Amino acid sequence: MTSVAFDPSAEAARATREILDDTLRGDARGVVVDSPPGAGKSTLVVRAALELAAAGRPLMVVAQTNAQVDDLVLRLAEKEPELPVGRLHSNDPDPYDKALDDLGNVRKSARAADLAGLDVVISTAAKWAHVKGVEPWGHAIVDEAYQMRSDALLAVAGLFERALFVGDPGQLDPFSVVGSDQWAGLSYDPSASAVSTLLAHNPELPQHRLPVSWRLPASAAPLVSHAFYPYTPFRSGTGPGDRRLSFGVPSDGSGPDRVLDEAAESGWGLLELPARHTPRTDPEAVRAVALVVRRLLDRGGAAVSERSADPVPLTPDRIAVGTAHRDQAAAVRAALAELGVGGVTVDTANRLQGREYDVTVVLHPLSGRPDATAFHLETGRLCVLASRHRHACVVVCRAGVAELLDEHPSTEPVQLGVTVKFPDGWEANHAVLSHLSEHRVTWSP
Amino acid sequence: MSLISTLARLEAVESGRAQPLATVRHRHVAERPLVLVPLTTAGEAGAPLGALVGTDREEPRLLVVPQPRDRDLRFAFLADLAEAVLPYVEDFADDVEAAERSETDPETGKKVKVEVELCADAPQLVVPGRAGVEYVRLLGRSMRFRRTAEQDPETPFPAPPRVPLLGRWLTHYGERARVPGSSLLLAATDLLNRHWATGQSSLEDQHLGALLAWIDPPEGASGAEAALRAELGRDRDGQLLCPPAGPATDPAFDNRLLAPAVERYDRARHALASAEDGEAADERLGDLHRAEREIRRLVLTQLRPTWHAVWRALDLVRALPPGPRVADRWTRDRWSFTGHRDRVRAGEPPQPRRDDAVTAANKLAARESAQTQLEAQEALDDPLVMAGRRLTGEAFVGEVVEVTMAWSESKRPAPRPLLTVRTDDLPHLAEGVKAYRSLEGKPQTAQFVRYEDDGSLVLRVLDRMGRGREPAEGSVPEKGDRLVWTLFEHDQRVGPKLPDPEETPWTHGGPPRADATESPDPVTPEDLL
Repeated sequence: MTSVAFDPSAEAARATREILDDTLRGDARGVVVDSPPGAGKSTLVVRAALELAAAGRPLMVVAQTNAQVDDLVLRLAEKEPELPVGRLHSNDPDPYDKALDDLGNVRKSARAADLAGLDVVISTAAKWAHVKGVEPWGHAIVDEAYQMRSDALLAVAGLFERALFVGDPGQLDPFSVVGSDQWAGLSYDPSASAVSTLLAHNPELPQHRLPVSWRLPASAAPLVSHAFYPYTPFRSGTGPGDRRLSFGVPSDGSGPDRVLDEAAESGWGLLELPARHTPRTDPEAVRAVALVVRRLLDRGGAAVSERSADPVPLTPDRIAVGTAHRDQAAAVRAALAELGVGGVTVDTANRLQGREYDVTVVLHPLSGRPDATAFHLETGRLCVLASRHRHACVVVCRAGVAELLDEHPSTEPVQLGVTVKFPDGWEANHAVLSHLSEHRVTWSP
Repeated sequence: MSLISTLARLEAVESGRAQPLATVRHRHVAERPLVLVPLTTAGEAGAPLGALVGTDREEPRLLVVPQPRDRDLRFAFLADLAEAVLPYVEDFADDVEAAERSETDPETGKKVKVEVELCADAPQLVVPGRAGVEYVRLLGRSMRFRRTAEQDPETPFPAPPRVPLLGRWLTHYGERARVPGSSLLLAATDLLNRHWATGQSSLEDQHLGALLAWIDPPEGASGAEAALRAELGRDRDGQLLCPPAGPATDPAFDNRLLAPAVERYDRARHALASAEDGEAADERLGDLHRAEREIRRLVLTQLRPTWHAVWRALDLVRALPPGPRVADRWTRDRWSFTGHRDRVRAGEPPQPRRDDAVTAANKLAARESAQTQLEAQEALDDPLVMAGRRLTGEAFVGEVVEVTMAWSESKRPAPRPLLTVRTDDLPHLAEGVKAYRSLEGKPQTAQFVRYEDDGSLVLRVLDRMGRGREPAEGSVPEKGDRLVWTLFEHDQRVGPKLPDPEETPWTHGGPPRADATESPDPVTPEDLL
């Protein structure tokens, strides 16, 4: 059902070709790639790594978390089992995924010198920062570069001559636990993202973007693109009928069941509880989230997608619950355990970055709040929560968020020299909310 | 705001008095701090109006600029301020103790211990509020690049001799105040807000008078009433009963009292300048002195209540016993003071206008590590702070109900005892999460293993049990011990070493260039209305 004018595969392939061209044959010291959610960023990183290795260029890869590093190593080994890969790790106990021990061509060490000469060496930015006194690498790939802080790049940039920077500008910006206003507006503000510093000093670097999201369904891509990437739109790789969600057990007419039906039908569902100011771990909302997950499993959900012709049963590992705060995640986990649900991922937006599920259930960051702080309004937070799913996203929220937004316009001070990010969280929240309100199910537990 | 501080605020509203947020004092308060209460002129940034300064609460030194727009008078004020502050600062510079610092030997590249001096104590500056800290920074910036006639005989407007030096010290203090937990430059409001929760908003808590009203209300009044009076109460002439703690003054004071007085002063000066003979000049000089005395009197009325409030705030926090780890943080402040003393003595130039990329990153890293360290230390020092962390699931108190010896599976088995701990807290534990407890002041690490059926939890102790097969005596908790475990680390790991500024990489613009003079912003069409 893809439109004639837009062939997603061809578009994506063209973008990838251009990126690899600039990386392998261009003369710029850096190449920047912006990737919307689920646009095949990891695939691109793996492909670029393999091509650079094949061209005989020693490569270092910088990722942000150990999980990301291990994931990349596994993907590389899957594509090219013969490729000699080094996994540089920390001195902590259990520093890497045990699955790496089964890979014959992956050497693991806590010392960079032990891994010298391997085609590809992969580690986290934090570990790379401690590497000193080694011959610099000809090439680097910096993954999740928009989540990397400028000071982290400063610590590792001496290790490579040229680099490919890949990341999603719409996700959560890096942050600091202490004030850093005194450097706001400086091109090398240490708390800003690595890419903003890089581009401020090297504006001539080629910039690319991946045009197709393979993760987001046709129901979600337009909203996410419009709300979070207004000036760099993208499309979904699949068409309106390509993904379907169905249930073996019919609705019992309760709020959670109705919102699930709505989400299965349209890709979005808003379960709206009565307006009320609550503590962060709002017991009713938390229970509503748990109930939605419980019913999702009980009703025998099955997903049809381009990946297989037959419906695939919706298992707990294909479901995630997203929250803004850690204590909320803990409360949801406890509520799920009480309902006898296990195996469902429950985490904060920060930790869900880069992950993918069939269905997500989101506790709205502003639900039940008396105020809208910069933290809760942050564009990236909502973007992460609203873009993890392949089929449907159910948002649980107290009524009154639109009014709350109107009472709390953005009041962040304007800093000279800082590039204003569009859209701001206020606008993005309104955009998402107005779309969700078309899929609203009101319910009093 | 944490749940426990919200609760404390609610209790403050209900009881009409501020509620404690701490059982010990978490900041160092010097025996002989220098209190500085500055005032600024409305409408002109960095034009001081006056200040009360001194180490003796009964005898502050009053400095006033009768005509704040007169640059000569401003310089005279700054010179006086230097004479009030610098001798106090320099008093601490020569009382030193021997200390060691590890430095990298430039020839061998190895770490070596170097014997250095560490000042035995450091001067402490206390201002009324955060705006005061900001003003110290502003004064520092406005002074440190000035040139004296001695430094540069050609300079058209030479600064009085000690003014640039004062600027460098104030800059250093302003910058140090940004390090969490530091006490070189304190704001009285921050001191109070750290230790008490009031029943008003945190914005209102920036008003020193209102804050003190909540913590220490007058006999028979509730905190809320007293705070309202402190904020809004005016006398018959429309003047605030409790003048703002500055540096900004109350507009009613500016308009009705200060402006006419300054005008009289200006007229008197003008009249003196145009005096035609000695007798007239003498008389007009008397008028001028009277006008100046009147301004001094007026400014003092605004300064004196704040001066006493700052000392009152110091009394209140001094009444709390210091937290055990406060001295450790003060030692860092002493290092900071000693470091700047050495830079000044070595004849280094004043702090640059902006940090370069490497310095900025280093400062941010140091402050982040100070912040985490401060949070950990405050919790370890103070059961009330720890209670807040327990409520958020970051710590728990539990009784050891069983100890099972176990050993690691290696060639030389090391002890890895299992503890069964019963707790009523709800820590955020998951497999492999580490918990730390304090053993003789050092953290001992354990790892969460599993929950037992009865809800108690099992921890595996990982370190600090000696080198032998059997754990060292006293290193393993015993049955019946009630221990505090934290899920946060007690110490900070040392961060990575950043490149030297001369090796700033291409991603950050390369090394800073000394020759690059900054060009002013180009004029764009938007600049013209």
